[in-house]
Amino acid sequence: MAVEKFPVEAGHIMMFARSVGDANPIYADESYAKTTETGGIIAPPTFIQASSQYDPDASLRPKIGQKWFGSGAKPSGSNAPAEESLAGDAGGTSGGGTGLHGGQHYTYHQNMKPGDVLTAESKPGQRWEKESKRAGKLIFSESITEYKNQNGELVVTARSVGIQTERVVDQG
Amino acid sequence: MSLKSTDINVGDEYAEVIVNDLSRTQLVQYAGTSGDYNPLHTDELFAKEIGGYPTVFAHGMLTMGMTGKMLTNWVGDGRLKTFGLDFRTQVWPGDTLTATAIVSEIIEENGEQVVKADVTTSNQNGQVVAIGYASAILD
Repeated sequence: MAVEKFPVEAGHIMMFARSVGDANPIYADESYAKTTETGGIIAPPTFIQASSQYDPDASLRPKIGQKWFGSGAKPSGSNAPAEESLAGDAGGTSGGGTGLHGGQHYTYHQNMKPGDVLTAESKPGQRWEKESKRAGKLIFSESITEYKNQNGELVVTARSVGIQTERVVDQG
Repeated sequence: MSLKSTDINVGDEYAEVIVNDLSRTQLVQYAGTSGDYNPLHTDELFAKEIGGYPTVFAHGMLTMGMTGKMLTNWVGDGRLKTFGLDFRTQVWPGDTLTATAIVSEIIEENGEQVVKADVTTSNQNGQVVAIGYASAILD
């Protein structure tokens, strides 16, 4: 993922906090936030994930004028052939297997706050395999992303672990 | 209010119910704010017919976001240094999740008191859905 510009905005922070069920006023009420140690609104710990909204290539966001792999008239999308819907990463399926998000690891260097403009640079990390009873062979792959602010300071380092499963995870 | 180093000990536990009867609407809400519109999380037809799953399931990052709420309620705002989770099994609509932090260490790092904790989020059946760690600066 490469994000050239992720403007951190108060309204986005408020809505993100709502979506994770967090009523903490530090995420929505500027006059309250000013009275606290942070001196103003900050973003919740996992807010950086929303940078994908600003990733031009984010595969899990429908793009205007392009085929989408979710359902329309048909389960795989009224305008996307099934084989296309089977491609792709996290959540796309292949050969009955699935891409899953295996884990996420953050190191925080400073708080994210409205007015910050972040850039992200990703590089691949380690890759390993494991056998699983519930989903066959699992292929793990890491991606490491550094988020910097408009002053070039490191704000968050994220390590994401993706899992490609051989087959759909057995629910039994 | 932030956690004080004089108020905690190794082995101390803090827990919160982070969601009760998880709704499909919350999955839609999280998709909208995070930008992860993977239809496996919001599109029943796709999840069943194409994904092969019994129904839609929660974004791992929604579970992590809700677990983060427990952590910030515990350690205070803007205090986290690290936070990591591995997702062990899926979270489904209707699930009720409890997130727990157990103090594993209290150390001094760059002149600051830092709490390290083991973090676990479990569903209503006691099954662990996510497991990991966090650390935070204490007062």
